[in-house]
Amino acid sequence: MAKEQDEILNEVTEGEYKYGFVSNVKTDTIGKGLNESVIRLISEKKGEPEWLLEFRLKAYRHWLTMKMPTWAKLKIPPIDYQDIVYYAAPKQEAKKSWDEVDPELKATFDKLGIPLDEQKALAGVAVDAVMDSVSVKTTFKETLAERGVIFCSFSEAVKNHPDLVKRYLGSVVPYTDNFFAALNSAVFSDGSFVYIPKGVRCPMELSTYFRINAANTGQFERTLIVADDDSFVSYLEGCTAPQRDENQLHAAIVEIVVEKNAEVKYSTVQNWYPGDKEGRGGIYNFVTKRGLCRGENSKLIWAQVETGSAITWKYPSTILKGDGAVSEFYSVAVTNNYQQADTGTKMIHIGNNTRSRIVSKGISAGYSSNSYRGKVKVVKSCQNARNFSQCDSLLLGDKCGAHTFPYLEVANPTAQVEHEATTSKIGEDQIFYCNQRGISTEDAIGLIIKGYAGDVINKMPMEFAVEAQKLLQISLAGSVG
Amino acid sequence: MERIDEINRNFFTLFQEGRELLRKDVGAVMDAQREKALEEFKAHGIPYGCENYLYANLLPVLERDYNVSLRYVEQEVDLSEVFQCNVPCLDTHLLLTINGRFWRGNERPDVPEGVIVCGLAEASVKYKELFDKYYNQFTEPGRADGLVDLNTMLAQDGVFVYVPDGVVMERPLQIVNLARAKADLMSFQRNLVIVGKGAKATLLVCDHTLSDHYFLMNNLTEIVAGENALMDYYHVQNQHLGASQINSVFVSQRRNSRFEANVISLYGGFIRNNLYAALTEEGCECDLYGMYLSDKKQEVDNFTFIDHVAPNCRSNEHFKGVLDDSALANFAGVITVRPGAQKTEAYQANNNLLLTDTARVNTKPQLIIDADDVKCSHGATVGQIDEEAMFYLRSRGISLAEARMMMMFGFAHEIVGKVRLEPLRAKIDDLVDKRLRGELTKCHNCVLHCKQ
Repeated sequence: MAKEQDEILNEVTEGEYKYGFVSNVKTDTIGKGLNESVIRLISEKKGEPEWLLEFRLKAYRHWLTMKMPTWAKLKIPPIDYQDIVYYAAPKQEAKKSWDEVDPELKATFDKLGIPLDEQKALAGVAVDAVMDSVSVKTTFKETLAERGVIFCSFSEAVKNHPDLVKRYLGSVVPYTDNFFAALNSAVFSDGSFVYIPKGVRCPMELSTYFRINAANTGQFERTLIVADDDSFVSYLEGCTAPQRDENQLHAAIVEIVVEKNAEVKYSTVQNWYPGDKEGRGGIYNFVTKRGLCRGENSKLIWAQVETGSAITWKYPSTILKGDGAVSEFYSVAVTNNYQQADTGTKMIHIGNNTRSRIVSKGISAGYSSNSYRGKVKVVKSCQNARNFSQCDSLLLGDKCGAHTFPYLEVANPTAQVEHEATTSKIGEDQIFYCNQRGISTEDAIGLIIKGYAGDVINKMPMEFAVEAQKLLQISLAGSVG
Repeated sequence: MERIDEINRNFFTLFQEGRELLRKDVGAVMDAQREKALEEFKAHGIPYGCENYLYANLLPVLERDYNVSLRYVEQEVDLSEVFQCNVPCLDTHLLLTINGRFWRGNERPDVPEGVIVCGLAEASVKYKELFDKYYNQFTEPGRADGLVDLNTMLAQDGVFVYVPDGVVMERPLQIVNLARAKADLMSFQRNLVIVGKGAKATLLVCDHTLSDHYFLMNNLTEIVAGENALMDYYHVQNQHLGASQINSVFVSQRRNSRFEANVISLYGGFIRNNLYAALTEEGCECDLYGMYLSDKKQEVDNFTFIDHVAPNCRSNEHFKGVLDDSALANFAGVITVRPGAQKTEAYQANNNLLLTDTARVNTKPQLIIDADDVKCSHGATVGQIDEEAMFYLRSRGISLAEARMMMMFGFAHEIVGKVRLEPLRAKIDDLVDKRLRGELTKCHNCVLHCKQ
């Protein structure tokens, strides 16, 4: 039986990347390399105002003084930042109606199952599809506009709502924050902008698909979400990327501002190309995601399913500044073959009576390395903070690693901070129990993983939960589940 | 950073200038290890801002202008002074060290046949074969730690214990480290404890300061637990606020051996405990317990590193602390499970009680696991006394102060209860109780009135 189990686990490693294809769309790129004139060129191509160019240049100059961080438990091959194309846009930007859009592009979206056409109104999903770096089409803008919700590409936001962008850009993740944040701030190409006005409950779930498409193009997305007083929004971000041999760099920034009594739910399914079975290729995913719960009783929920990328370096964090703010973090991270992930969260408790909850589930298989790294900090002036963290790791195979690095820093006695973590493998007795009841080993493993990740999957919006389940099966199984 | 460089240079100079004195009275191997350590020290220097010393700020401790005495200074010890602090009814083989040196006035303890207890320098010459085989062989895990290298470079003496195969030492061996000087002093002590196959030994280490100066002790103990050996290590740290201590213990365990450590930090200015255990063969068991009660501006920093090299081993760690006033406690525990170390069980827990607005805790329990068939867990909590439990006590007519005391005592007793030496346990319980009531200022019944 153990052998059979091994075989099934082996199939786990056999599971090929389902979304690996290159779509044949003409792209407009600039040459490789990075210097001030490249930044000026990006800014010019996008027709940006002077202040944004200044922001980019300041970030670039600061980036030059920084070194790539080495503290993560990751083996990152040296990256030549001069060997990357910093700007690529599909050439069809000028199209007015959906019909004029390159059919191949549409087919790509169809393959991914993106609900972009009119019928999807029934599904209640508005999509801002990002192909490489520039938005192609945004749906339901009108419906959203009725309520005063702004949901558009970052470039549009810069043009149409400069005051808002200027006010919030860099307010949560300053360009000085870290190496990759500085890089992104200098060269970000596009992204999404969301503004939910006071008292508005966003009528539909907002969703964006990111795709890295042109070869050798780093993608530097920038997302900015602002939820004003008493508003609510659920934002979905999903990624798939075509199969490529050369490593691709992805350094995105997500900034979220949550005002008084507002609530934001940010869900991610990340399935970038993880490299092949020998660990060749794959995306480097170095992302800075941070939310600021600025107002009283604001709430921010992170839910993520991470199955892709060769290397993941990602810590969605929340600064709980307003009194009574709440933040939750739910994560499933799966690594297989030679994937490496160093991911987790930060909860910074500043306001009184703030609460946070962390549930992180890691699954490692093959030769992969999966680390949870999280920080819970309670500052001295913060009264009655409450945190609970749970970080579990599941090991499938004896060549992989699962690591846990929690940091708890408490400077106030009224805080209650708890952390617990376990590491284990699927027990033979668990499988035996299932077998006894007529469940095949294969199904049993699927069942156990489903149960294991259930806490997190259940927090995802419904459409995502389905996709996330599938992704877990694809990344881990081939046949599991 | 500049200050750190300067301190590094000072140590380097000290070593160069004292090179001849260091060579005196010690065996060739002990001296040769110094050169190796020097190379390492040059490469790493004093740990500063690195992961293992993330929250420990050594600068204020090291910055002070200490004296270092590389010559042996004959000191008279009034044993009654020491015994005042001693545990009643605890029958031990007593050994004293003064400022890191084996006291020449020690009587030869009445140990079972074959057991060797002597000064380390003496052993490096007299028991060359044993010494050379084990000395500085187990400090590898503390490689990047310049403080470990400093000890190897500058330690001249300490205690050497050898318990031959199959010998059971019924009475514990008690080492009382005394610090007494006429000026601020830095000392380096090095101990080597070899417990043979199937042997059993208990080591009790107590620290005492006998004069009111600033002390910095950088002590290192290497312990080898042979096949089927049983080894208990107790360390009671009870010094004064000006005394700082860096105490590193490296344990190497062989097949089916059992090691238990219990580190009780009651008093001291800055205390850093490094506990390294390597479970090198199958069937090892390792338990590390620690308790710290800190107030004023004390800083207690516990670092543990358990290395599961072989399969079928079990380790367990539990550290608890009560923080009062502006005390700072740091805990960093690392458990590594090497590839192939299947069927490992490793548990780690750290609980802290914060009593004031200014007390702080940083805790960092880490698991690094590279084998799949393991059961590992860790947990850490920081909080205050449970309100419901308090309510329960209060509703039974117990005063607020007394209820708090009971809760804290119960919290601490979980660790103290692990102490297997009955008289010592009673004594520590008593010390803890007094300490929590604020009746114990430095050392219970101590003759000195140290700085507060």
